[in-house]
Amino acid sequence: MNQYTISALVSNKSGVLTRVAALFARRGYNIESLSVCKTENDALSRMTIVLNGDDYILGQMMKQMDKLVDVKKIQQVAPDAVCRELLLAKVRTDAATRSQILEISQIFRAKVVDVSPEATILELTGKSSKLDGFVTMLMPYGVMELARTGVTAIGRGKSCIKDETDYKEKI
Amino acid sequence: MKKIGAEILIECLKEQGVTTVFGYPGGTVLDIYDALYRDGTIEHVITSHEQGAAHAADGWARVTGKTGVVIATSGPGATNLVTGIATAYMDSVPMVAITGNVGASLLGRDSFQEVDIFGITLPITKHNYIVKDASELAGVVREAFRIANSGRRGPVLIDILKNVQSMEAEYEPQKPVAVHPKSVPALALEGAAKALGAALRPVIMVGGGAIAADASKEVVALAEKLDAPVVSTLMGLGAFPASHPLFMGMIGMHGTATAAKLCMESDCIVALGARFSDRVALNRDKFAQGKTVIHIDIDEAEIDKNVAATYPVLGDVKEALVTLVPMLKAVRRPFAEEAKALRAQEKANADAPELGHRVLIEAAKLAPKDVIVATDVGQHQMWTAQYFPIEKPRTLCTSGGLGTMGYGLGAAIGAAKATGRHVILVTGDGCFNMNLNELSTAVTEELPITILLMNNRALGMVRQWQKLFYGNRFSQTNIRKRTDYVKFAESFGAMGLVIEKDEDIVPALTTAFATKTPVLVDCRISNDENVLPMIRPGATYDTIITKWEEK
Repeated sequence: MNQYTISALVSNKSGVLTRVAALFARRGYNIESLSVCKTENDALSRMTIVLNGDDYILGQMMKQMDKLVDVKKIQQVAPDAVCRELLLAKVRTDAATRSQILEISQIFRAKVVDVSPEATILELTGKSSKLDGFVTMLMPYGVMELARTGVTAIGRGKSCIKDETDYKEKI
Repeated sequence: MKKIGAEILIECLKEQGVTTVFGYPGGTVLDIYDALYRDGTIEHVITSHEQGAAHAADGWARVTGKTGVVIATSGPGATNLVTGIATAYMDSVPMVAITGNVGASLLGRDSFQEVDIFGITLPITKHNYIVKDASELAGVVREAFRIANSGRRGPVLIDILKNVQSMEAEYEPQKPVAVHPKSVPALALEGAAKALGAALRPVIMVGGGAIAADASKEVVALAEKLDAPVVSTLMGLGAFPASHPLFMGMIGMHGTATAAKLCMESDCIVALGARFSDRVALNRDKFAQGKTVIHIDIDEAEIDKNVAATYPVLGDVKEALVTLVPMLKAVRRPFAEEAKALRAQEKANADAPELGHRVLIEAAKLAPKDVIVATDVGQHQMWTAQYFPIEKPRTLCTSGGLGTMGYGLGAAIGAAKATGRHVILVTGDGCFNMNLNELSTAVTEELPITILLMNNRALGMVRQWQKLFYGNRFSQTNIRKRTDYVKFAESFGAMGLVIEKDEDIVPALTTAFATKTPVLVDCRISNDENVLPMIRPGATYDTIITKWEEK
């Protein structure tokens, strides 16, 4: 089982996420994460999908997605692309552990965004593997709540997803 | 100019050249039906049930290549379309389904006859819409028709809120934009052309995509230039003339033994708008093992989905062949001669053991010229594919992908309505009972439909599987209905005839074909007949069963 990251530009209108999610459910694709955001173009949203599977599933998923009327462009994210994820973690903290937690946060360059007598909220951005490492280090102190955005990605250099040829333009 | 939503819809249908729609009125489409009434130029065929209307729109589309249109009300009206839409989706039939929904003020409140038909039809439409503002309507309808009848065809659903239908918006007439498939560049076909030049035993496999692309002429040109035998999927029947010497019959689970043998022996399979479904390839891993596969398809996702292509070609079958055929050198090959001999031998040895087979053979001989054949699903469907030669494209309406029992009568109505030609519906007593309510529609519309009811008092195909795989335990497949189909036909205003023995065949068919209104022929056949040849699901072609051995 491999992991693949896919970016797609989709119409920015209601129902598009449902279509994509319904497609995954129907075809039995197993996804790790899906994030949707606005783009520089008001008419389009950007989806970043992390897929678990093999080359066959990757190929099928991209082609099936490309057929959706609302999916305008789709590409597999290059291995060297910038992939980032945001994490918020609420960690159980007391006077004894606070300094240790802050020390770990410094190592990972995480930000403290909220402090209360019994808990600290930490914010960290980075590759998923870095976030995983951070969570592992926090676990012994008691992670009370964890929120991760899922991966968002953008390719390096001047080539852009909008320059891709859409399947619908080929037929 | 300002118009209300319902009027805009009708105007847009007319823009698209729609002359006939099928449907059933109801609470949330009252405005649409009022606009239809006031306009008066679009013919509306009311069926007994929305499912019949959906199948009729499908039959209309299959025989004309134009987009079929069906209208239903919200809630149960809309859900009754679902099987018809899914049937069209699986067989890539262009259709626009229009449903009403409750008004905006009632939406999402579990109102009377409210259902999320948008959500329900997501996985069975090419695209769908819910229209909440009349200003969007014209754009949506135009786009829906473009989507339904371009690329890989399919159904599109437009759900229109009731208040939108009476809401005013600006309407400007627009001519429909003709969508032409892109031509396929020679570069994309170089590999395929080279492989075909090197192939010794090429077999052409035509599918429904060849019919959708109107590529029959090009398929014949390819076959003749390559001197390659042609096999067809169920959906491809008619794309290549059944009487052509290179035609080897249907391929797949109930295909001909010749087709199976040729596919096994072939070194190169050319799939034209076919998707190697489980009923065709059976064992998708072994089907093309060691062979060169050239796969031409307009749906990118079909390429490498079931069988990996050595030379994938993305595009319209006709466009691809227009480029490909001139790139090839004409050859004559011994393989084609062997194939013809094999097929001739199979035909000579073929018996028609069952009365139903003989009815079909005679029907093919006696049928009016340009007859269209519709079927339901099961044994009679396979017998039709085997015994009724389909000569021309768009003359067979059959539910291949979804396998919808109850499809045939609606489709026959749509096909007859679209063409005015004689339609033979081959059905079984199981299937016929599912939607026989539509006989009244056929009678009302005075359509020239001959129904050959293969009445075996059984769900024959399921029963056959019970014989093969379930130790003759005929669970719920022996039908104990006491229906008198002649009286039934007569009570609906149709003619009823009976075929019980061979001597009945010609007189009954002659009468039926001379009658320009619905005739139901109750063909009382044995309940114990099987469809052969057969390849078991998932099995390889070498395990084909051609003779039934009772255990």
